[in-house]
Amino acid sequence: MEKELRIVGFLCNWCSYGGADTAGVGRFIQPTDLRIIRMPCSGRLDPLFVLKTLTGGADGVLVSGCHPRDCHYAEGNYYARRRLEVLKRFLPVIGIDPGRFEYTWVSASEGQRWQHVVTEFTAQVHALGPIQRIGKQAQARACSFATSGLFARVED
Amino acid sequence: MKIGVFVCHCGSNIAGTVDVAKVAEAAKAMPDVAFASDTMYACSEPGQEGIIKAIQEKGLDGAVVASCTPRMHGPTFMRTVARAGLNPYMFEMANIREHVSWIGRNKEANTRKAIDLVKMAVAKLGQNRPLYPKTFAVNKRVLVIGGGVAGIQAALDCAEGGLDVVLVEKTSSIGGKMAKLDKTFPTVDCSSCILGPKMVDVAQHPRITLHASSEVEDVFGYVGNFQVEVRKKAPYVDWKACTGCGACMEKCPAKKSPDPFNELVGRTTAINIPFPQAIPKKASIDPTACIRFKTGKCGVCAKICPTKAIRYDQQDEMVTEEVGAIVAATGYDLMDWTVYGQYGAGRYPDVVTSLQYERMLSASGPTGGHIKRPSDGREPKNVVFIQCVGSRDPSVGRPYCTGFCCMYTAKQAVLTKDHIPDSQSYVFYMDIRAPGKMYDEFTRRAVEEYGTQYVRGRVSMVYPMGDKLVVRGADTLAGTQVEVLADLVVLAVGAEGAKGSPHLAEKLRISYDSYGFFMEGHPKLKPVETNTAGVYLAGCSQGPKDIPTSVAQGSAAAAKVLGLFSKDQLQSDPQVAKVDLKRCVGCMKCALTCPFGAIKELETRGEMKVEVIETVCQGCGICTSTCRQGAIQLQNFTDNQILAEVNALLLTAEEEGA
Ligand SMILES: Cc1cc2nc3c(=O)[nH]c(=O)nc-3n(C[C@H](O)[C@H](O)[C@H](O)COP(=O)(O)OP(=O)(O)OC[C@H]3O[C@@H](n4cnc5c(N)ncnc54)[C@H](O)[C@@H]3O)c2cc1C
Ligand code: SF4
Ligand code: SF4
Repeated sequence: MEKELRIVGFLCNWCSYGGADTAGVGRFIQPTDLRIIRMPCSGRLDPLFVLKTLTGGADGVLVSGCHPRDCHYAEGNYYARRRLEVLKRFLPVIGIDPGRFEYTWVSASEGQRWQHVVTEFTAQVHALGPIQRIGKQAQARACSFATSGLFARVED
Repeated sequence: MKIGVFVCHCGSNIAGTVDVAKVAEAAKAMPDVAFASDTMYACSEPGQEGIIKAIQEKGLDGAVVASCTPRMHGPTFMRTVARAGLNPYMFEMANIREHVSWIGRNKEANTRKAIDLVKMAVAKLGQNRPLYPKTFAVNKRVLVIGGGVAGIQAALDCAEGGLDVVLVEKTSSIGGKMAKLDKTFPTVDCSSCILGPKMVDVAQHPRITLHASSEVEDVFGYVGNFQVEVRKKAPYVDWKACTGCGACMEKCPAKKSPDPFNELVGRTTAINIPFPQAIPKKASIDPTACIRFKTGKCGVCAKICPTKAIRYDQQDEMVTEEVGAIVAATGYDLMDWTVYGQYGAGRYPDVVTSLQYERMLSASGPTGGHIKRPSDGREPKNVVFIQCVGSRDPSVGRPYCTGFCCMYTAKQAVLTKDHIPDSQSYVFYMDIRAPGKMYDEFTRRAVEEYGTQYVRGRVSMVYPMGDKLVVRGADTLAGTQVEVLADLVVLAVGAEGAKGSPHLAEKLRISYDSYGFFMEGHPKLKPVETNTAGVYLAGCSQGPKDIPTSVAQGSAAAAKVLGLFSKDQLQSDPQVAKVDLKRCVGCMKCALTCPFGAIKELETRGEMKVEVIETVCQGCGICTSTCRQGAIQLQNFTDNQILAEVNALLLTAEEEGA
């Protein structure tokens, strides 16, 4: 087996975490690299978490929430979408290949889709290989750069 | 902090592909872990007792259970931890079944992954704080959306249980599809004879408020305290004055208006009462058909009406209803069968849908219960039924079985013979699915007593020949091509979620699938609940089902509501946002983003800050990722808790890399 890479998944509790559960119940075999962190809503995701995870040494980050219009909290995923889109464009600025980060929408009934998403993303990260480790200072710089108002503007 | 870790085998479900002993062993080395063990079934009684015993004997401050998804047993184990004397929020779960053992076959990789997930859960638990719920009062009224048989049953059961019920129905009468049916399988008893009295009960029940011709426009609030905006569409008739005498219908000159109740077979008047047993029995005007609305002339109904009830200038009316629970019972619609061009639906008048045929069979229908070909009004002799039109067909995006078409087709074949004794019915089918009580016996009778000819195979095309239709298909049992000359073709069209149901789902904040059906909380264990507290499902809105099952689910939803309302006070989920006043700068960004309006201004010591209304907060955490000060934190999902999980994982990576 190819050496595992570190992939972190931030999933909303209602749709995508449920979808990953559905995939499990359906025994849809997936690559084992991904470790999932459960959140109430994709709107809870601070883009900084993604940056901290990538600059901290993860090889890839996957975010998944409810399909637009299908959010348990009505509009959390719209906030997520705006923030994550900005984040994706920002990653090259600090030297991170945007291919290491994806966001998708998977509903609780879409076990098969989840299997597909995980398999594709894992392959994509493997194609990029392990991430270049950066020093603690560079890490801090990247994160403070990101907090300097970039994401604050995309809330409204 | 002293943490206990309990790794579950789940029989062989987990232990089969994860080395659970090794996971427990690895856990012992994790920071703060004072105790770790593996257990056969953590959720079983001995499993839970083991957790309680360990917590009490070792004096643990928190527990991590590594087993199945928290969406399944999270609440179970929180109760276990509470029974051991801990705060239930001093608990975390690592999902090593759905997310590990069931999706990977490599035991080594699985074990490593399971250890990581436990490590992350332990790290998060290290940051957990005890949380305490608040209590709030419940408004014991219930809203039922959809007045089909499922909604009617739910409304009646709730009302009988002593609750005030608001029933909102989109069309001008309750009854749903069942009101359109002639007879019902497998007893072949008259549909309106069994439904009619129930509809009258709704009209007469002192506890039921019926809003017909109405739709839910918006829903605010939360379990126990919903606010619902209902739009009552203008019927252009004052329903308080209308007695349902029908005089207007007799005189209305616009006699060729589309008749949705009769599935557009036959016509009706622009002002009409949809059917004789309608509840409420009130007339309404279809403005798209009314001459007065179109040309300004006419006004016959206003002249004829003995109670002067006609109001051409009536406007829609908005009413606000306050309820504590909601039952969604919006039923189904037939899928758009015109995608089956090869069957000529929509092109050949003598190809009709099952529901249109049902109206043709009905004595109160447009043909007075005489089966007549739409093209020339002649009585058909050969009637061909085609099953699975829009069911079990991935090529049109409808891979599922609608479940009731086999049965209603058998019923319609039987009724055809009753109406026209010298007729012959043919049924093209894929399989016969008749699993209900007396169902298989019924389909047999259709063949044995009524001489219906069943042909197993899909129809490839239907085309006209003279004044007849040729139905060509394969007989897969005989292995031959067959052609049947038909006078009338009836398509057993499959069901999908009612039109507009995704829109309603968004307002109710519940999930729906790609076919427009609402999603239940759990496919097996929570069939009438949704993932939104206080919102329940009944009937075909959740998926296609026959009348007995729709009624059963209507009663089940009512039982859930009565159970919920058996308490005067509900406990709110304490996983809400909390403001750190020292950090808050009062910018109000959080209040702007909160979808529930749960954040309000608060003045302390002359400074503007914010405060969270705990019972309104739904715990999404949007505010938390909005606040640049880190001042408002969603409890149990704080920045520190989530980053602790990330860090635990990255540390492992570092160790491995070294
Ligand atoms: C041709 C045919 C024959 C059948 N024969 C039989 C039979 O013999 N025996 C049997 O057991 N089953 C039969 N069935 C199945 C039967 O129709 C269903 O089981 C039953 O109607 C389900 O009831 P329901 O209340 O869930 O849905 P529906 O009957 O669809 O009722 C839903 C109601 O909700 C209303 N509504 C929809 N959306 C909204 C909204 N947004 N707001 C407010 N109101 C809304 C609709 O107007 C409707 O009144 C047959 C079905 C067909 C198609
Ligand atoms: S966003 Fe943060 S700082 Fe601004 S008002 Fe809300 S809690 Fe206070
Ligand atoms: S977590 Fe924040 S945004 Fe979400 S409902 Fe509560 S206060 Fe509003």
